Amino acid sequence: MSAANGPNAEGIAEGTAAPPPIPGTVETPPAGGDDRGRGILKSIATGSSLVAILAVVLSIILGGILIALTDEDVAAASSYFFSRPGDTLGAAWAAASGAYAALFQGAVFNPRADSLALMFRPLTETLTVATPLILAGLGVAVAFRAGLFNIGAQGQIILGAMFAGWIGFSWHLPFGLHLVFVVLAGFVGGALWGFIPGILKARTGAHEVIVTIMLNYIAIYLVGFLLTTPSFQNPGSSNPISPRLDETAVFPQILGPQFRLHLGFLIAIAATYGVWWLLNRSTVGFELRAVGANPFAARTAGISVTKGYVVVMMLAGGLAGLAGVAQVAGTERVLTSGIAASFGFDAITVALLGRSHPWGVFFAGVLFGAFRAGGVQMQTLTGTPIDIVLVVQSLIVLFIAAPPLVKAIFGIERKKKPRKASRAKATVSGGAA
Amino acid sequence: MKLELQGITKRFGSLVANDNIDLVVNPGQVHCLLGENGAGKSTLMNVLYGLYEPTDGRILVDGKPVTFRGPGDAMAAGIGMVHQHFMLIPVFTVAENVALGDEHTKAGGILDLDKTRARIREISDRYGFDVDPDALVEDLPVGVQQRVEIIKALVRKAEVLILDEPTAVLTPQETDELIQIIEELKAGGTAIVFISHKLREVKAVSDVITVIRRGAVVGTVDPSASTGELASMMVGRKVSLSLNKAPATPGETTFTVRNLTVPGAGGQNLVDNVSFDISRGEILAVAGVQGNGQTELTEAILGLHPHASGSVRLNGRELLGMKVKDIIREGVGFVPEDRKVDGLVGSFSIAENMILNWYNEPPFAKGLAMKPAVVLKNAREKVAEFDVRTQSAEAPVSTLSGGNQQKVVLARELSRPLNLFIASQPTRGVDVGSIEFLHKRIVAERDGGTPVMIVSTELDEISELADRIAVLHGGELMGVVPGDTSRDVLGLMMAGMTAEEALGQGPGQNPTPAGEGGTAAGERISGEHAAGEETR
Ligand SMILES: Nc1ncnc2c1ncn2[C@@H]1O[C@H](COP(=O)(O)OP(=O)(O)OP(=O)(O)O)[C@@H](O)[C@H]1O
Ligand SMILES: [Mg+2]
Repeated sequence: MSAANGPNAEGIAEGTAAPPPIPGTVETPPAGGDDRGRGILKSIATGSSLVAILAVVLSIILGGILIALTDEDVAAASSYFFSRPGDTLGAAWAAASGAYAALFQGAVFNPRADSLALMFRPLTETLTVATPLILAGLGVAVAFRAGLFNIGAQGQIILGAMFAGWIGFSWHLPFGLHLVFVVLAGFVGGALWGFIPGILKARTGAHEVIVTIMLNYIAIYLVGFLLTTPSFQNPGSSNPISPRLDETAVFPQILGPQFRLHLGFLIAIAATYGVWWLLNRSTVGFELRAVGANPFAARTAGISVTKGYVVVMMLAGGLAGLAGVAQVAGTERVLTSGIAASFGFDAITVALLGRSHPWGVFFAGVLFGAFRAGGVQMQTLTGTPIDIVLVVQSLIVLFIAAPPLVKAIFGIERKKKPRKASRAKATVSGGAA
Repeated sequence: MKLELQGITKRFGSLVANDNIDLVVNPGQVHCLLGENGAGKSTLMNVLYGLYEPTDGRILVDGKPVTFRGPGDAMAAGIGMVHQHFMLIPVFTVAENVALGDEHTKAGGILDLDKTRARIREISDRYGFDVDPDALVEDLPVGVQQRVEIIKALVRKAEVLILDEPTAVLTPQETDELIQIIEELKAGGTAIVFISHKLREVKAVSDVITVIRRGAVVGTVDPSASTGELASMMVGRKVSLSLNKAPATPGETTFTVRNLTVPGAGGQNLVDNVSFDISRGEILAVAGVQGNGQTELTEAILGLHPHASGSVRLNGRELLGMKVKDIIREGVGFVPEDRKVDGLVGSFSIAENMILNWYNEPPFAKGLAMKPAVVLKNAREKVAEFDVRTQSAEAPVSTLSGGNQQKVVLARELSRPLNLFIASQPTRGVDVGSIEFLHKRIVAERDGGTPVMIVSTELDEISELADRIAVLHGGELMGVVPGDTSRDVLGLMMAGMTAEEALGQGPGQNPTPAGEGGTAAGERISGEHAAGEETR
């Protein structure tokens, strides 16, 4: 064997280290998934949950500072900062806490609502928004566990929504059956958009990041185009918008008509459990994880790396496709070109924050749902721009990508040890024979 | 420079990997660390090199306490380390690799490689390294790459050089050359910390031997002690260094290879028209200098080379063309040459690695569902049986010491019903006590009626295990000779003579003249071995 660039004699220092490249004579699995960048990304996506939590806390604090800095009252008070600094700080605190209180009110609980049920309405909004985030986040995470970067959730959501929507408004089936077809179609649509990068990677080694990004564009323009054709466009409308889905094809609202929360959320819970089971308790998950962690060893153990790539990308696409179903058959009930909003991109952040673990993704999805739902309320109540929420989200990604930074800020790791103790010990010890 | 470790303790959770270790490394000395797998040698060296922070204890350089926050600090203090897996960039030249992280620049920030080249030539001449600064690293043999690593350390003015199992990946001849280099460095005043499980090498190079057992120093030994003494000191019991296996009683011939050819990328064949048989209850050892087609031969049998041609039959079934998975199902046990790359998934638990190629078979799985409890129970049994030193079968396999990782691979492959067992370098990085055990297990597999194929670059291991020996050279089979064939004849065959030619030259002849083409592997070491054997 020749050049090998493992990080450590026995790899004991770095548990997540990618395997060293092996020489060209052996047929290597296509694009073996082992360059340095991949190793770094891998540790970003699967690192400790402590870092994730700290990253969120830190981002919220920084977001608060930002709110304070841009607040008018704070600016006014700061003009006489040196005579009465307390005013500035007080105003800053008021601005930040006020904004976050409004965010909380918009995302979780609104004490000013008329009835107890309505007080919890914000929470149901959060969960509604979280539903596509969780599903698409799972799609990104599951691919990641097999060592692939699925940047294509956006396109997969669109395809899922397109397939599901079309079945929803152009087929007319009895209640129940119709919905089953809608869900299946959405999964299939997403899976198809995942299959393409999967098979290209397996057959030709084409890098999935490039392919999925390109497929996002294709999906965006494809749905835009189809919505101008008679088979998709609402008759009589000149806007790129489809007919409404049949009543039999939409998700029932699980808490009654005054709440938007729909069956899709239950599907998201089931999918989270399903993905957890698949990854950690099934032979398929064992294969996928092995392919992701060390494709060379997987191949030697008789696991088909190429098949793994195709299977996982279809699964990932299918999950993102379900997010599209949740959008088209749950929240929107009509297909538009903006059906996926930016869920597919936020899903990447959600998967990162959730450390690619199914339940981590679930909670990260709920958190981001809360940001979105609460951000609107924050803007209307306190005038704090909703963009602050985006800044906080971006900061989270930034901090997760730099675990050492977070650890340094919170002073974890590399604590100084007491020197004296060691010296005392050293004198006691003698060389045995 | 004098280096002292005082009371070094390193814990991983509740595990004490290093327990209050004291060590003094003097200039111009080769200090050898000897110890079982998992004794804590690599951990101690990683502490010394700044990769781990010690839980307790201190490091003194020339009497002054120092703290290393990373390898950078250690290098600045004059400590260099050569890891078993090299940290070189294959597509860079030697000079570029050496300059990396320590670049000289001309005015305007332009890289000045000439200085580095000159330093490389200087060092290379002084110690007889024979390294061309402008060669691409990927074109160099492993032994030379290792020298590049050493040069990297020396250019950064290392006065203490740590070599953690440097010979595990070397051919016997490269080992001889390395020992030569160590002698030169020593003469130049460099201190060397040397770790190896090969006792003869240890005896050959060291000035001081410190034995570590279960994390603690148990004493020092004089290099003149016999290998037997060294072995029993490190294991804590008497170790029998020779196997004394019963003669083989070959049964039916169930494994046949005919005209097996594996084409290479450059047009030449990596395995060239090779034919041989192995019977039940027989061990065929494949000898040869590393890189003469052994790896490809074993991989082709496992189905890893889709373009291989010829025929490979096991129990009458043609394996060529079958999927790897199905070949494993046919009962082929396979120990790959490089455990870290092909044998284990580092982030998986020991338990998962124990079933890496058997995960979807009963009793570990039923349909799609795996049975974690059964998987764990199996792992606990194997860990006990093969003496894998770990705290838990659920720990990631990457936290095991190198030798213990190797035991996991062997344990996995030897614990299911086999129709053929293939192992490359089965005991690489394994301590003498465990080698004894593993060799016995391999012989037991043979005696149970399995055809066994062992590939090894260690002539010791070959002659220990082999009932017959096949020698490969340049991908071609030079012949199959009896297991007790002399090393001289094997050496000639490994250099490219057919069995008839080599036997015709007669075993009474002197070993191959030194330096002849560099292929007649390591006669120096083997010569010494003859002397060493008496001490057993
Ligand atoms: N990062 C880690 N986390 C947990 N345990 C570890 C880690 N690194 C090493 N260990 C444990 O520390 C002990 C000492 O390991 P070390 O690698 O130093 O052994 P070694 O003497 O080099 O053995 P070998 O001869 O097999 O290479 C082992 O029991 C190992 O499992
Ligand atoms: Mg070691």
